Amino acid sequence: MRKLMMALVGATALVAASVTGALAEGKKAEVLHWWTSGGEAAAVKELAKAFNAAGGEWVDTAIAGSGSTARPIGINRIIGGNPPTAMQFNTGTQMNELAQQGLLRPLDDLAKEQDWKSVLTPAFYQAIQFQGHIYGAPINDHGQNWVFYSKAVFTKAGVTEEPKTWDEMFAALDKIKAAGLIPVAVGGQPWQLQSMFNAILLGEGGKDLYAKVWKDLDTDAVKSDKFKHVAEVFAKLRNYQDPGSPNRDWNVATGMLVDGKAGIQFMGDWAKGEFIHAGLVADKDFGCILGPGESNFMMGGDIFVFPGLKDKTATDAQTLLATVIMSKEGQLAFNSKKGSVPVRLDVDTSKLDACAQKGLTALKDPSRQILAPDVLTAQDIVQTEQDLVAQYWTTPSMTTDQFAAQFAQVIEQAK
Amino acid sequence: MNTPDTSAAAVSAAVAPASVSRRKMHFSPYVALFPAFAIVLLAYVVTVVWNIWISFTDSKVLPVNIFVGAKQYDRLFSTARWLLSLQNVVVFGVLFIAGCLILGFLLAVALDQKVRFENTFRTIFLYPFAMSFIVTGLVWQWIMNPTLGLQKVADSIGFTWFRFDWIVQSDLALYVIVLAGIWQSSGLVMAIMLAGLRGVDRELWKATRIDGVPSWRVYLHIVIPILRPTIITASVLLAIAVVRVYELVLATTGGGPGISTEVPGKFIMDYLFGRGNIGLATGASTVMFVTVVILVTPWLYYEYFREKPRGN
Repeated sequence: MRKLMMALVGATALVAASVTGALAEGKKAEVLHWWTSGGEAAAVKELAKAFNAAGGEWVDTAIAGSGSTARPIGINRIIGGNPPTAMQFNTGTQMNELAQQGLLRPLDDLAKEQDWKSVLTPAFYQAIQFQGHIYGAPINDHGQNWVFYSKAVFTKAGVTEEPKTWDEMFAALDKIKAAGLIPVAVGGQPWQLQSMFNAILLGEGGKDLYAKVWKDLDTDAVKSDKFKHVAEVFAKLRNYQDPGSPNRDWNVATGMLVDGKAGIQFMGDWAKGEFIHAGLVADKDFGCILGPGESNFMMGGDIFVFPGLKDKTATDAQTLLATVIMSKEGQLAFNSKKGSVPVRLDVDTSKLDACAQKGLTALKDPSRQILAPDVLTAQDIVQTEQDLVAQYWTTPSMTTDQFAAQFAQVIEQAK
Repeated sequence: MNTPDTSAAAVSAAVAPASVSRRKMHFSPYVALFPAFAIVLLAYVVTVVWNIWISFTDSKVLPVNIFVGAKQYDRLFSTARWLLSLQNVVVFGVLFIAGCLILGFLLAVALDQKVRFENTFRTIFLYPFAMSFIVTGLVWQWIMNPTLGLQKVADSIGFTWFRFDWIVQSDLALYVIVLAGIWQSSGLVMAIMLAGLRGVDRELWKATRIDGVPSWRVYLHIVIPILRPTIITASVLLAIAVVRVYELVLATTGGGPGISTEVPGKFIMDYLFGRGNIGLATGASTVMFVTVVILVTPWLYYEYFREKPRGN
């Protein structure tokens, strides 16, 4: 293991050296990100186009895999003194340690000059800060608590109305099961299970309980009856999955809806990319629900951070890139391909699809803007809870009391 | 005629160059080995020491030098997933090593019976070992997946009673990994054992045959003790595979269902990279390191140091 780690670090350094060796002068910006799937790459291309049009030169460093692959590579490069010009992070606490160590460039002046405060959702304006300074330029807002459903499957099973509560939802799922179809397309990977759990926590548990659990890390709330009720609803869904769910990728699960094999899927709005890719139209071939239960919009997203650099031309390139990212045009071009919505509130979003419109309506009401756990809480806690949620899902003998007690224990340990 | 002077001079003349060259020869291997030595020291010893130090610090995404004592170990051993990982690697290790040794030995014995097409069989049995654990894992994932693999095939031709879905059952999924591991590695054990069997003196077999000893007793009481060094070699190779088992789990079950097939290797990789918790990950790898050292030291002592005086 140790050897592998060393090899990885070494290989990273080599790659890093060869990449930046090509960088010399001009408003070149090497941008490190992990957007490599079809829709994501198309979205990045839009952003690069906008940056080049503004006089920059986009040097693309895309790292396949996910953030957990790309982020350590970027962090290694920053620590190793060979940082990219800009780097993608998820909105939230991921950047905090780098900021704390003084490795990131504060964007306070730029944000003031361009008045980011008035154009951003307050919650997001808060989320790009660390200890009162702004370190991130946010690019998008991903809704994470959507329930997508196949209209074909609903029609086949005789479900005529969009379920609004969990009772209605279970009634609909029973009908789908009776029709011989798979009610819920579950991707049995821990992160997907947790996102399912969080969607239910926010919908059925309500935003107050959700905030107590993920924002305040309140262990009394975790041990409350309401939390246990949420856990019960979650556990009940086990009966509606198919045997092939363990370790299934999210896009394969989305494919089951596309093919008319399964009824619903819990997933973030990146799943829309798959539907659109398959030629389906929002609100016609597939539907989307924020809920069931309380209808809130769980916001997560991506930001760019800018490592502190000494070179004047490089910092100029950073400034230009941040400006492009925060421009209305840049935001719209990027987000129309990505499936997400712009973080700027003053962008003309009338051309986005029906599900995005639903999300935007929710976002207009500040009380319905809820931040995702990744934004609110340290990765450490979020991911340890993720293991627990996955364990709970696959261990029917674990009671809701045990689950709640262990959930609270994780919080106490990590505090 | 023969003055002692000249003979002494001749002797010293004869000796001197030899001793110089001997000294040179003593020196040169060290010079030649120095780069390798330096690399081992830097890339292995120093990183191990650094790793152990970091496990006593409060490092998260970045390594920092804030000493926190045994905090990481406290947390590690109250983390359900780590405890489960340890339990899994023990179960996997015992079953995998035993399975590979038994199956590999039986295959080798079978091939040793002067069968026709021995080379062909040998190639077939050894072939899985040429595949990476990733490929092995993926193949087994598909075979065992109830919606894609054997069960689906059996269903579609009418055997609906047929169930082969261990991989989706959290209490059985680990055995799928054991099966896949044995399938992959027993060919190697066979090859090693076969070489050992070929080394057994033919005269021994003749003698036992004259005495009328049944073959199975010869194998059990004579051949296996002779094969002891071979078995140790195979066991060490397999044990190394157990300690670093990672890709097989990743490709077969991804650690699931839930976290039921997590192993220490995957825990360390996840926390080191994906979860940005270097302190906990280095703590876990230190535990693995210390465990291996504790297990290996008595064996090393037994194999090398204890027998040395007798050999000399």
